[in-house]
Amino acid sequence: MSLDADDIKNIAKLARLKIDDADVADYATNLSNILDLVEQMNSVDTEGVVPMSHPLEVIQRLRDDAVTESNQRDDFQSVAPATQDGLYLVPKVIE
Amino acid sequence: MSDYHEKTLAELSTLLQTGEVSSSALTEYFLSRIKQQDAELNSFITIAEDQAMAEAAEADERLKSGNTSALTGIPIAHKDIFCTRGIKTSCGSRMLDNFISPYDATVVNNFKQAGVITLGKTNMDEFAMGSSNETSFYGAVKNPWDTKRVPGGSSGGSAAAVAARLAPAATGTDTGGSIRQPAALCGITGLKPTYGRVSRYGMIAFASSLDQGGPMAQTAEDCALMLNAMAGFDEKDSTSIEKEVPDYTADLNHSVNGLRIGLPSQYFDEGLDDNVKAVIQTAIDQYRDMGAEIVDIELPNTSLSVPVYYVVAPAECSANLSRFDGVRYGYRCEDPKDLYDLYTRSRGEGFGAEVKRRIMVGTYALSAGYYDAYYLKAQQLRHLISDDFKKAFESVDVIMGPASPSTAFNIGEKAEDPISMYLSDIYTIAVNLAGVPGMSVPVGFVDGNPVGLQIIGNYFEESRLLNVAHQYQQQTDWHRQIPDSFK
Amino acid sequence: MNYEAVIGLEIHVQLATKSKIFSGASTAYGAEPNTQACAVDVALPGVLPVLNKEAVHMATKFGLAIDAEVAHRSVFARKNYFYPDLPKGYQISQFELPIVGKGHIDIELEDGETKRIGVTRAHLEEDAGKSLHEDFAGMTGIDLNRAGTPLLEVVSEPDMRSAAEAVAYMKKLHSLVRYLEICDGNMQEGSFRCDANVSVRPRGQQEFGTRAEIKNINSFRFVERAINHEIERQIDLIEDGGEVVQETRLYDANKDETRSMRSKEEANDYRYFPDPDLLPVVIDDKYLDEVRGELPELPDQKKQRYMDEFDLSAYDAGVLTGSRELADYFETVAAKTGDAKLSANWVTGELAARLNKEEVEITDSKVSAEEYAGLISRIKDNTISGKIAKEVFDAMWNGEGSADEVIESKGLKQITDTGAIEAMVDEVIANNPEQFEQLKGGKDKLMGFFVGQVMKASKGKANPAQVNELMRKKLNS
Repeated sequence: MSLDADDIKNIAKLARLKIDDADVADYATNLSNILDLVEQMNSVDTEGVVPMSHPLEVIQRLRDDAVTESNQRDDFQSVAPATQDGLYLVPKVIE
Repeated sequence: MSDYHEKTLAELSTLLQTGEVSSSALTEYFLSRIKQQDAELNSFITIAEDQAMAEAAEADERLKSGNTSALTGIPIAHKDIFCTRGIKTSCGSRMLDNFISPYDATVVNNFKQAGVITLGKTNMDEFAMGSSNETSFYGAVKNPWDTKRVPGGSSGGSAAAVAARLAPAATGTDTGGSIRQPAALCGITGLKPTYGRVSRYGMIAFASSLDQGGPMAQTAEDCALMLNAMAGFDEKDSTSIEKEVPDYTADLNHSVNGLRIGLPSQYFDEGLDDNVKAVIQTAIDQYRDMGAEIVDIELPNTSLSVPVYYVVAPAECSANLSRFDGVRYGYRCEDPKDLYDLYTRSRGEGFGAEVKRRIMVGTYALSAGYYDAYYLKAQQLRHLISDDFKKAFESVDVIMGPASPSTAFNIGEKAEDPISMYLSDIYTIAVNLAGVPGMSVPVGFVDGNPVGLQIIGNYFEESRLLNVAHQYQQQTDWHRQIPDSFK
Repeated sequence: MNYEAVIGLEIHVQLATKSKIFSGASTAYGAEPNTQACAVDVALPGVLPVLNKEAVHMATKFGLAIDAEVAHRSVFARKNYFYPDLPKGYQISQFELPIVGKGHIDIELEDGETKRIGVTRAHLEEDAGKSLHEDFAGMTGIDLNRAGTPLLEVVSEPDMRSAAEAVAYMKKLHSLVRYLEICDGNMQEGSFRCDANVSVRPRGQQEFGTRAEIKNINSFRFVERAINHEIERQIDLIEDGGEVVQETRLYDANKDETRSMRSKEEANDYRYFPDPDLLPVVIDDKYLDEVRGELPELPDQKKQRYMDEFDLSAYDAGVLTGSRELADYFETVAAKTGDAKLSANWVTGELAARLNKEEVEITDSKVSAEEYAGLISRIKDNTISGKIAKEVFDAMWNGEGSADEVIESKGLKQITDTGAIEAMVDEVIANNPEQFEQLKGGKDKLMGFFVGQVMKASKGKANPAQVNELMRKKLNS
C-alpha cells in the first residue's frame, strides 16, 4: 500500500494534526512502509474467524445509578488553557 | 556509607519494619542518588522531593504505630504515564508538559494506601509509543550498563532507574513489551500481569485492549511484593477483573521439579542474535538441571503479531489521543485563529513524530472503506494468535524464550527506521494480543550488556511465573549485578 | 406534478437516570457550568467509563414496549469526530450491535385509521456538552454538564408520508417514554429532541428521493412546520429544475426556515470501532422476563381497556391515554366519582379546553384530580347543573376553593325543591299564555323555550330534568 502526499494530508486533516509541508514526504514513506508490514496479515485466510476485541471473554459490569461525584471544577480548570465564568473557552465556533 | 541501594525491596522492608532505617532516611538516600547520578541517565522527568519527604514522614508514623504493610516506607518511582495528584504527569510528551494531574491513578492510590513513597516520575517513550525511550519529549534515556545504548522502552526510565539503583523498584506499563523489553535490556526483573489484573484507571491510555501496568524491580520476590499492592479489582475500570488477588509471595518457594517448559520454535528463529540465544539456552539448561521438563512447542502465528499489533494499537491510540485537543488541559498553540487551527496546531506541535505516525496509521486503518481490510482482519488474527497460547498451555506450564532478539542497541541506531524498531518487539507483542502474563528475568550478559529471559504463563498465573523466576534467582546472581558506575 | 413526502425520524430520548451513563456525576438540569462534569466527563487523561445499570434497564423497557428484539449481546463503539463539546474526541455510542433492534409504534391518523411505523433500532449513547456562543471576547464557551447524559436514540423507518404523521409518531413516542418513566419528556430542556430525514418523490415512484436531515427540532409545533417547510423547499427546488443535495439543515424557529449547516457539511468519516474500554453488554432471558413483568399498562392497552371497561368512544379513550399523566388524572377522577363516562366527558371537555387555552400541562393543572372529582360528583348528584358546573370550575381554577366551597359561597346549589320549581313554572306559563297554547297545540319546539325561561328565572339553578317533568305534567293536566 502506497500513500501519497494527498493521502497524508487527508489523514492528517481527519486526525486534526498539522503536518509541515516539508515533512509530508517523510510521513508518506514511513506510513507506506508500515502499511506494507501490515499487509502481511493477508497471508492468512481468516474466513469465519470471530474477531477478538478483548483478551478475556468477560462481559460489561453495570454500575448502580447513584451520584458519587461532586463538583471539582476549580481543580480541573486550574490546568485549563483558557476559562471564563466556569466555561472552557475555544475560538468562536460557527455552525 | 550506607548501601541501601544494594538491597532488594524485601531486604529494605525488613530494615524498615525492624526500625534499622527510617523511611525518611531511605527516601532521602534515594533522592540524593537520583540528584547526583541521574544526569547521566535522564531516567527521571520529575523528582517529587517535597511530596516524597512528606509521605516518608507519614510512613514513619505508620511504622511506629504498627499499622503497616510489607511496603510501608519503601520509596519507589512511577512511570510518568500514571496520574499522580499534584505532580506533573507528562506521559513523556510536550502535550502534557504543563499537566499537573488533579487525581491519582488507582495503582498510585493503591501504593499510597500501602504506605509507599513516590520518589518521582520516570522518563518514557512519548505516550508509551516506542521501544528505545528515544521518542520522549524529555530526551533519550541512557542504559546504565552502557550509556551509548538505549534502555529499551517504553518504560525505559523505570528500567534504567532500577538498574542503576536510583530507586529500589518502579512501576511500568506494557502494551507490546514495554515492561519486559526494557527490563531485559537493563538487566532487571519485570512482570506484565494478565490483562485486567491491574487497574488501568489513571494510567494514560495508549492501546486500551493491550495496556497493562506491572512491577519493575530487582527480583521476582520484589515483583511479587509490588504486585500484591498493585493488583486487584477496580470498579472504575470496566476491563478490570473481579477475581481474588492471591498473595503473590506465597508460592515463591515451590520447587520447579517437573515443571513443563515450552520452547516455541518461532522464538528461536533466524531473527535471534546468536549470542543472546546462547545465553537463553544456558538459562534453560539450568532449569532442566533444576528438574524442569523442556518441551518443543509451536506458536505458529507469531510472525503475524507485529502486523496485527500495528493495526490494533494505532487504531485504539488514534481515538485515545483525540482528547488531547488543547481545550481542557495540556498544550495549546499560540494564538489559534479558529477552531481547526487550535486543534491541528495544538496536536501537531504537542505530539512528536512517532505519536503522529501512529495516530495517522490508526486513523487510516479505521477510515471508511478500510475498516474490514485492516481492523477487522487484525481482530480475527488476534483470535488466532490467542488460540496459539491456549493450545500451548494445554501441554506446558510456562513458555520460555528471549524477551528481545538482541541486547540493547545504540542510541540513534534505529530511530530513523520505525519498521526495524517495531520488529524488535517480535517476542513480546503476542503476549499482549492474547492478554496472558509475561516476565523478563536477567539471565546473563553479552559483551557486558544484559540479556533477559522471557517467561510466559497462562491467564492469571502470575504466581507461577514469579515462582519460576524466583527459583532461578535462588540459584544465580544475575539479578544482583549493578553497573560499575552506579555501585 | 403531484409529490409525496418520505419522512424518517431520529429521536434522542434523554433517559431519566440520576447519574450519567458512564460516570457518577449528576444529570440534574440547570447547574452552574461544569460543576457536574467529573473527571470522566471532562475526559481527563487516564479515566475510564463504567456503564450505568439503569440506562440498560430503561433501554430494555423501551425495547420490550415497542415489541422489539432486545439484543442479548450489544456493543459500545466509538464514533470519532472533533468538536469542543465532545471532550474525548469520540462519542461512545452503539453502532453494529445496538441494544434494541427492530420494533414498531402504531399511530392514529386523522381519519381514525391506525398506521404502523417501523422502528429500525434504538441504541444507547452519551450526550455531548453545550457550546455557548455568547460573546466571550470573541470566544465560544464550553459547558460539559450535559456531557455523558444517557440518551436512547430511536431511529424510525422512513414510513411517514406527511408532517402530520411525523408529529403523530413523535407524540406517540413521547407518550410512550413517559408511560415507561424513562424520560421526563421535557422538550424545552432538551430531554426529547428530534432530527428529521425528509425527501420527496413524485407520487407512485418507488425509489426515494435525496434526503436532507433537519437537526434539532425541539417542539411538536416546530417539527410540523420544519418538515412542511422542507417539503415545500424540496418540491420548489425540483420544480425549478434543481436537485436536492444530501445535507444537514438547521431549523430556525424564529425565521421559520431551514438553512444549510456548513460546519457539518465536510464529509464525515466517523471511524466507528468497538470501544475497548467497555465490554459487551449481555442480557439474558431471565432479565428480560423480569423487566417485562415491570412494564406498566401501555397507551394502546389502556385505550382498549377504557373502551371495553368504561364504554368510552375510541376518540375519547385515545385522548385520555394520550399521556400517562392525563390518563392517571382521569382514572383518579373516575374512581372518585364512580362515573367513568361523565368523568371522561368533563376531562376531555372543560378541563382539556382550559389546559389548552392556558397552555398548561396536565401536571400543572390548577385544579387537581381530587378537586375535579369533587365538582363532577356535584353534577352527578344533581347539586348543580352542567352549566353551573362550568361557572364553578372557573372559580376553582381561579383559586376560589373547592367545588363545594364555591357552590356554597356563590349560592349555586341547584333547586330541587319541587314546590319552588313548580312556582317558577307556573309563573313562566302565566307570563306566556300564547306560547303555552301553541305548545299544547303540538308545537313541541316550544318546550325548549319554556324550560329555558324557567332555568333563566332560577338563574340556572333549577334542575333541568325536574323542570322538564313539571312542564309535561302541566301540559297533560
